[in-house]
Amino acid sequence: MATGKKKEHWRWEESNWHNPEIDWVKARIITAGVDVGSVSSQAVIMCDGKLFAYSNMRTGSNSPDSALNAINWAMEETGLTLDDLHYTVGTGYGRINVPFANRAVTEIACHARSGGFMYGPTVRTILDIGGQDSKVIHCDSKGKVTSFIMNDKCAAGTGRGMEVFADLLDIPIGEVGTRSLDVEEEPEPVSSTCVVFAKTEAVGLLHAGWSKERVLAAYCSSMAQRVLSLLNRIGIKKDLVITGGIAKNIGIVSRIEDKLGITALKPRYDTQIAGAVGAALFARALIEKDN
Amino acid sequence: MIANYGYKDGSGEFFISIDTAKCAQCEAKPCVEACPEKILVIFTDDYDDEVIGVKEEHRKKIKYSCGPCKPITEKRNLSCQKACPSGAIVHSW
Ligand code: SF4
Ligand code: SF4
Repeated sequence: MATGKKKEHWRWEESNWHNPEIDWVKARIITAGVDVGSVSSQAVIMCDGKLFAYSNMRTGSNSPDSALNAINWAMEETGLTLDDLHYTVGTGYGRINVPFANRAVTEIACHARSGGFMYGPTVRTILDIGGQDSKVIHCDSKGKVTSFIMNDKCAAGTGRGMEVFADLLDIPIGEVGTRSLDVEEEPEPVSSTCVVFAKTEAVGLLHAGWSKERVLAAYCSSMAQRVLSLLNRIGIKKDLVITGGIAKNIGIVSRIEDKLGITALKPRYDTQIAGAVGAALFARALIEKDN
Repeated sequence: MIANYGYKDGSGEFFISIDTAKCAQCEAKPCVEACPEKILVIFTDDYDDEVIGVKEEHRKKIKYSCGPCKPITEKRNLSCQKACPSGAIVHSW
């Protein structure tokens, strides 16, 4: 008999990975970066500046536990322990609550630092769409921030807003982007700037006979427009990259690219680990500075 | 670095932009004391420079926090800008 339990469509896939070709015992410097965000947490471990392992999971009810869970999952089956890490940097909204970190660095500086590693040396603008905020960061060729702007006033235009929509429309979060492109012509973006009102507006559109795909197209278009206004405030310097969970949503990325008339560079790694990668790179620079 | 603190909503764009490279060279940081609403704060940034920023608790309501300096009917009096010798603070509204 069916239980009637509603599916949790917002649930994105958590993951961990390690490179079996790297023998961490031979590494001179092992650093870690732990990014505790409001929605997701990531841990990255680097051996002599090379990506060795990472994890990407949902943030739990408290930051210290989330940080520990993330690093333990990244170290799983590697034989590494916390004692083997030479320097750890915490970042993200919970950065000061990473109990095993040597230092906290803002996610803005970490995203800038990771740009070259994740996308190549030509990165100058990073658009990070996180769980509950979005930011635009300009950086130089060394990955140092030259300017930034952030919008964290409202969940609309963020990963959390997209999760709410996936649940409302009963569509797995991983399919939202592709299905939003399955429309004959692009509808007007939803007009509401607040996720609560946008939800109400979407329900109204469904009642008016819109297909789920059309509603998704209108919402993705509205999200793209919102982050674009942030981008326009400080301008775009080429090359542009998009990080965070929303960077995996082709419906948003392609609409941002269309509206801008430029293509964002494609990532070499999971876009959600950008902040933690930057933190691990910062850790390496800091340990080298200290010695 | 140009640090932009504030937000955009249906009523407009409200950002304070601070050129922190200038702040790192500014010993006295007179803007902090000059601000009557105590919105600005001195901190050490990620690159170990001592700079100023907008306090976390004011960032999402900066339009209202700066309200007393920007009366609608009288002349604006931006004490932070007046105190800054190098033009490092810009308001978007
Ligand atoms: S007075 Fe001007 S340069 Fe000095 S800290 Fe304040 S904003 Fe920066
Ligand atoms: S405008 Fe007034 S309240 Fe706002 S930062 Fe400047 S001095 Fe402070």
